[in-house]
Amino acid sequence: MQHLWLIPVLPLLGFLLNGLFGRRLAKGAVTAIALGSVLLSFAWVVKTLVGLGALETAYIERYFTWFQSGDLRVGADLSVDRLTAVMLLVVTGVGSLIHIYAVGYMTHEGGYYRFFAYLNLFMFFMLVLVLGANFLLLFVGWEGVGLCSYLLIGFYFLKKSATDAGKKAFIVNRIGDFGFSLAMLLIVITFGSLDFGAVFPAAASKPESTLTLIGLLLLLGACGKSAQAPLYVWLPDAMEGPTPVSALIHAATMVTAGVYMVARSSAIYLHAHAAQEMVAYIGLGTAVFAATIGLAQNDIKKVFAYSTVSQLGYMFLGLGAGAFSAGIFHLVTHAFFKALLFLGAGSVIHALEGEQDLRHMGGLRTRIPVTFWTLACAWVAIAGIPPFAGFHSKDAILLAAHHHAPWMYWVGVLTAAMTAFYVSRAMFLAFFGEPRGHHHPHESPPVMTAPLAVLALLSLAGGFLDVPKFLEPLFPLSEGAHDFALVAISVVAGLAGIGLAALFYVVKPGLADAVANALGGLYTLVYNKYFVDELYDAAVVRPVETGSREALWKGVDAGLIDGAANGVASIARATGGLLRLIQSGNIRSYATWVVFGSILVLVAIGLVGGGAR
Amino acid sequence: MNLLTLVLFAPLAGFLAVLLLPGGNPALIRRVTLSLSLAIFAASLGLAFGAPQAVDQPWIPSLHIRFHVQLDGLSLWLVLLSTFLTPIAVLVSWKHIDRRVKEYYAFLLLLEFGLAGVFVSMDLFLFYVFWEVSLVPMYFLMAILYLYTKAATFDYTELMQMLASGRLSLNPAEQLWLFLAFFFAFAIKVPLFPLHTWLPDAHVEAPTAGSVMLASVMLKMGTYGIVRFCLPMFPDAARRCADWIVALAIIGIVYGALVSMVQPNMKKLVAYSSVSHLGFVVLGTFSFTQAGLDGAVYQMLNHGISTGALFVLVGFLYERRHSLEIKDYGGVSTPAPWLSTVFLITTLASIGLPTLNNFVGEYLVLQGAAQANFRWAVFAALGVILSACYMLWMYQRAFYGETPETVRSHMHDLSGREWAAILPLLVMMVWMGVAAQTFLPRVSESTSVILKQTTVNVRFQVQAPGLRGRGLGEVANAR
Repeated sequence: MQHLWLIPVLPLLGFLLNGLFGRRLAKGAVTAIALGSVLLSFAWVVKTLVGLGALETAYIERYFTWFQSGDLRVGADLSVDRLTAVMLLVVTGVGSLIHIYAVGYMTHEGGYYRFFAYLNLFMFFMLVLVLGANFLLLFVGWEGVGLCSYLLIGFYFLKKSATDAGKKAFIVNRIGDFGFSLAMLLIVITFGSLDFGAVFPAAASKPESTLTLIGLLLLLGACGKSAQAPLYVWLPDAMEGPTPVSALIHAATMVTAGVYMVARSSAIYLHAHAAQEMVAYIGLGTAVFAATIGLAQNDIKKVFAYSTVSQLGYMFLGLGAGAFSAGIFHLVTHAFFKALLFLGAGSVIHALEGEQDLRHMGGLRTRIPVTFWTLACAWVAIAGIPPFAGFHSKDAILLAAHHHAPWMYWVGVLTAAMTAFYVSRAMFLAFFGEPRGHHHPHESPPVMTAPLAVLALLSLAGGFLDVPKFLEPLFPLSEGAHDFALVAISVVAGLAGIGLAALFYVVKPGLADAVANALGGLYTLVYNKYFVDELYDAAVVRPVETGSREALWKGVDAGLIDGAANGVASIARATGGLLRLIQSGNIRSYATWVVFGSILVLVAIGLVGGGAR
Repeated sequence: MNLLTLVLFAPLAGFLAVLLLPGGNPALIRRVTLSLSLAIFAASLGLAFGAPQAVDQPWIPSLHIRFHVQLDGLSLWLVLLSTFLTPIAVLVSWKHIDRRVKEYYAFLLLLEFGLAGVFVSMDLFLFYVFWEVSLVPMYFLMAILYLYTKAATFDYTELMQMLASGRLSLNPAEQLWLFLAFFFAFAIKVPLFPLHTWLPDAHVEAPTAGSVMLASVMLKMGTYGIVRFCLPMFPDAARRCADWIVALAIIGIVYGALVSMVQPNMKKLVAYSSVSHLGFVVLGTFSFTQAGLDGAVYQMLNHGISTGALFVLVGFLYERRHSLEIKDYGGVSTPAPWLSTVFLITTLASIGLPTLNNFVGEYLVLQGAAQANFRWAVFAALGVILSACYMLWMYQRAFYGETPETVRSHMHDLSGREWAAILPLLVMMVWMGVAAQTFLPRVSESTSVILKQTTVNVRFQVQAPGLRGRGLGEVANAR
């Protein structure tokens, strides 16, 4: 017995303690509880994984039956296999670093205890998500992290834009959950169980059409949680939350839940060809689409948000191309360098007292050197420069894509170039050139820079963790040869992106505006994110709201149904008016009616009585 | 006298006792009612343990009307829900009700008597008498009188045995009309779309405790009646009508949610959300699957807890600001953080967040619906998306943002009495969400019997008539 339950329950205790008593506790105590619970959880993960050894097969602990109806039993069962092990280390490891950073970042904010309570609750649900041994427990974590995302995006609840963003995230995710829920219903009908151990081994024997439908419905769920087209719209808005939240939830962990879920269900996708193909299309489409938007954003966090959407698309491309381990590999390295990008951005914003607009930055390289140098590590990692982390995982995905369909590789390379461009653009605008704001930047305290340094190290060297090799028992490696030319092309694309950004924003600063003007309408379209939000608003949100108010509530409810009911009432009243004529007050006419009625009753009884017994 | 009789009649005795108290001392009346209702709740907990209880003795011998009450997994939890919520209803009325205090609390206990009675009656006439506490459905009375002319009994168990043995046979037309008469009476109470328009108005008029009891328990009389009587007594007709009823249930789920979304009044919003939630109960029931029925019964309890809590909380807000309009609120989080937190948890329960109660019920209903017809589940699941829209939108408008002075000057956090009223409900939300197995096995026990009764009857419809009596008799004996 490894007591796996301790891994999620420790942060849950942190949440309960800080949530219930945090208001009255000293700040130091809140910090100790919040950090302690997550660090202990991380320690327990390490202890468990050491204890479990090679982990060739899944290790399962069963605690109690959550609910049972007929043959369907859903248990509170946790399991660990190699995929879970990777996720556990990322979630608790990167999670711990971000918790430490947040101590510095949030120290002057109101609602300090509330922030850490929510963050701990998030850790609980995220760990349930990766540890759950059946789809429904995964779904518990899935919904729970969505809730925490909602609470943390809307953390500054006095701001309407923040609470709007939180609500949008929850509702758009619910659209994805609609698919996930239906997939589970179909899984129970098809397999009679929700346990991974019962479903996946039986997948091969089920009809492909059913598996395809399950796969597509699961994909809809993944598109919500992992911000893929057409449900990505909530993630850029989610940047309203405090920056550590953006790093932890909206870059490193929660948004990768969809990738984890698809990889977890690989047995289904491998037998559902069309669904897996769809995963690749969605991923590739999202990757390139979001990257173009990232090119023209001026808010440093928005740039990285669209970058996250795009990079998640990359992971889905890997999954769809059949390289599940490459997708997970990119999930891991992305957790390092994207968490670093966000935390570094947070350090910049912290230094500039809340400034997020790249146009008001500049020249920060010498003012906040630690932040700059750590961010530079993330920069080379995401740009795919060898031998840093992003290079290895992106390379694995691109090779798999080429093996799957060469045109996908080329679109992927184009995306890689754009990725290198927009990250370089952000870096050049923030750290190079002359200062354009009126701020007095100051370097962040060690409690913030230390996690940056650790993540920088991971961003540089994380690529040497051979995740695909580790996951081989679960996802057999494809035999595609390591083609040097393909690798070289993608590296050149990354360098070209950096070079172009350097030309636009360092060498010839006026060039960017000139190009933007030359592109005219196309630039406006990209700058405004293709007007997708406006489109959804006009096509879905408004019609539903107006229709519900005018057609349903005022039309059907008040008009039709109540109208009919009142109609019946007025008929009754009118009838009553007629019948009042009968009430003449004349005893003899009453007697007539009594006799008449009695006869009717007798006839009725005679008719009914004939049918009885 | 056994425990069941005690729990059943104690509220009636309480009703009389409160009436005898001096009317000039409202504090005494409140305390007596609270103590009585707590004692009754404590006693009723005993029903969950020990052997199933029943009382069966002649009541009006000349008409063969019996006082036959019985508890099973279907009625047990609903009785407990009534006894659990009555003290809460007393607490939330504490300050709010200041006129005709004696009558108010007395009738609250009488209501408890009526509700408990409805859920335990195994005699249709007795059921009708208890049902009288709420409304008078004439066609329902006609239907049970018609049955009486044929069977000469109102007793459910006897009726089922007569139906099973073939001593009482209803031709398809008779079954259909009887089913519809029963169903119509129950469906208004549920309320099923399009018979729901009385509910929002009733809630707006009712005091907080009235809304709590109405939403939490009284609506369940309808769904309970459907599961208890409509399905097993008229299974063929129930199945014949299932498609139509499910269609109305699904329309109700989506329609209730959409209309809820645009309500400017909190109570109306919650009332329309009930139309949506109760649609799930009806859908699960008419899926004729184990998961669907279990989910439906569990959802009756869940809705009782979470919607009851919502009405309690809206009542708290009303006591402070004296308005039910959402636009009169805003920024409540800042002056009343705990009230906001509790409201949020209740909101999350209501929209079916896993680990809170509604999720298990909704999931089982959807699973049952999917097994019956996957398309039903697809449409019904839309309601799950929409519930997040209307609840979170209301929450945002009322609780987030800057606090206007009109709100700040009225708002204070939860008092001790308010905690006492809401905390038990919160505990139940988590308990029922995490440890569903405390309740579900007893529910399944009863629903599987009901399901078997409907299945067997249909199967024997198709087979040779000669086999009919024997097969059904076995089922009746199996009970």
